[in-house]
Amino acid sequence: MEKFTVLEGIAAPLDRANVDTDAIIPKQFLKSIKRTGFGPNLFDEWRYLDHGEPGMDNSTRPINPDFVLNQKRYAGARILLARDNFGCGSSREHAPWALSDYGFRCIIAPSFADIFFNNCFKNGLLPIVLPGEMVDDLFDRVEKTPGFSLRVDLLEQRIVSVADGSVIPFEIDAFRKEALIQGLDDIGMTLAKADRIREYEERRQHEAPWLFSQA
Amino acid sequence: MSGKTLYDKLWDQHLVHDDPNGTSLIYIDRHLVHEVTSPQAFEGLHIAGRKPWRTDSMLAVPDHNVPTTVDSADIDDPVSRLQIQTLDQNCNHFGVMQFGMSDPRQGIVHVIGPEQGLTLPGMTIVCGDSHTSTHGAFGALAFGIGTSEVEHVMATQCLISRKSKNMRVRVEGELKPGVTAKDVVLAIIGEIGTAGGTGYAIEFSGPVIESLSMEGRMTVCNMTIEAGARAGMIRPDQKTIDYLEGRPYTPKGEMWERAVASWRELESDADAVFDAEIVIDGGEIRPQVTWGTSPEMVVSLGESVPDPDAEPDPIKQEGMRRALDYMGLEPGTPIDSVSLDLIFIGSCTNSRIEDLREAAEIARGRKVSGTVKQALVVPGSGLVKRQAESEGLHRIFIDAGFEWRNPGCSMCLAMNADRLKPQERCASTSNRNFEGRQGQGGRTHLVSPAMAAAAAIAGHFADPASL
Repeated sequence: MEKFTVLEGIAAPLDRANVDTDAIIPKQFLKSIKRTGFGPNLFDEWRYLDHGEPGMDNSTRPINPDFVLNQKRYAGARILLARDNFGCGSSREHAPWALSDYGFRCIIAPSFADIFFNNCFKNGLLPIVLPGEMVDDLFDRVEKTPGFSLRVDLLEQRIVSVADGSVIPFEIDAFRKEALIQGLDDIGMTLAKADRIREYEERRQHEAPWLFSQA
Repeated sequence: MSGKTLYDKLWDQHLVHDDPNGTSLIYIDRHLVHEVTSPQAFEGLHIAGRKPWRTDSMLAVPDHNVPTTVDSADIDDPVSRLQIQTLDQNCNHFGVMQFGMSDPRQGIVHVIGPEQGLTLPGMTIVCGDSHTSTHGAFGALAFGIGTSEVEHVMATQCLISRKSKNMRVRVEGELKPGVTAKDVVLAIIGEIGTAGGTGYAIEFSGPVIESLSMEGRMTVCNMTIEAGARAGMIRPDQKTIDYLEGRPYTPKGEMWERAVASWRELESDADAVFDAEIVIDGGEIRPQVTWGTSPEMVVSLGESVPDPDAEPDPIKQEGMRRALDYMGLEPGTPIDSVSLDLIFIGSCTNSRIEDLREAAEIARGRKVSGTVKQALVVPGSGLVKRQAESEGLHRIFIDAGFEWRNPGCSMCLAMNADRLKPQERCASTSNRNFEGRQGQGGRTHLVSPAMAAAAAIAGHFADPASL
């Protein structure tokens, strides 16, 4: 997994609540058996004016000029500002894959859906929860200031406005922080506890043997 | 010290290790696999040279992409076909049991787990699918995971997790005629909102929940994720045990007795404390219809589409306007005057035998309205289909003008050929009314099977009890 320490980039505002994973990456693109290549279809139904299908040449499709990510001022954005309950709905990890593939590495919102939030950390994508009024303020500043950029410093747990140096601290679970900073492989970490897993299994096989006998 | 909740007990029974870093390693008893969220996980195992820890904990089934037309044995879409073939190859390579497309037991993963007795009380159950919460109806801790976690469970039989908070939703009283489990869960979501359960495991309890059949309980737990909670659960009781007894993969003989004895202890202690508690009067619940693009945007039959101007929160107001625009609805429109183009009865929420009986009861001896372009009934599994046919339900549907299809996820998320065209309006027994969910530009109204059947007959939403 790609490490995450400090990220500086343009912030793009997606001003709607309850953005679901169907919107982030529509189902027709879930037929892929790969982890990569979802970026051009991120927010497909909002981004383009036609209906997208896998295998299309996205560069020739008509884009929706009203959609925020199609505005020149947000080109190359690395940070997505979002509203409450971002990533609700399906468990598809294709959603963080699409966001990463597009170029986002950090999402800031007042709240996230649980499964999506969890999936982000598995993919080097940092979801930051900030109080609603701070997110409101960031939306305000992004919209007023073309090229508004933020520096997200995971080590120091703070977001710095590049233009004026103002600082917003944020909270993050210590384990998840460490995993992102080091780009740790969860499976490797768990397999280091293989003996504990076997001990558990041995005990459970006595307590509840029917859990080990079928399928 | 206060007692433990059902969730606390399930958590404690599966705790392998509490790490000093604040995470817990949780053991997973059952891992259900489908074709959409598994290929990258299997690929990860290949690349790392790893093997599944316990293939006997796994069952794989293709469901999202499969065609439901009776005469199409092969999938026309090459991309869908490749995904299904990839599941075949991976299951063969790693030795994972699969109910393949031609297996009579094939169906929606959340229908076949319980149907086969692979879902048992006291288990931890995961699947790369958010509607895994369904299995909580049996007193299991069941939740959806992403593909990285699918790979993690395959490789280690465990998940690195953090305990959720406890919420109890009690539904008191008694349901009125024509009000079903689907109406109960939509009313709960309407009450607490789509993020109301975020960070919680929800236990559903109270006389109304206890009165529901296992199918009804599965419908309620299925949509827990639509209230933001990853896991929903109901304590197992005699109904649970009766449902499971004799199913292909349930324990047998003395093992069954031992298992049942342990399941009877699976309940929240009387003095257990919940972090949040919601009480709903079941007698007040009326048939529900969603009007917008989030499951919380729901009204009772007899009510009207709400007016965004009456909403004080500006973000919510904007969301409502966007939803009304997408749905092609005006504020103040009585919901029962809204006419439908399509009807979809199916999905992991409502495709079990009882759902089909409920819909057939309404359809019996009646005809689908001439204004409805298509009405689909998609059973949840091959065995549900067979059971329905043995009861003659298919004849009732076909005679009424419904199409009787083969099992699969179908139009719930439209990954196969069953989908809405832009602006088509559908009464659907599925779980999500998101923009584009059933096809780009399609308009979804979530309802119960009884309401979907009533809407098919009337051509617009109508009280099933009044037909």
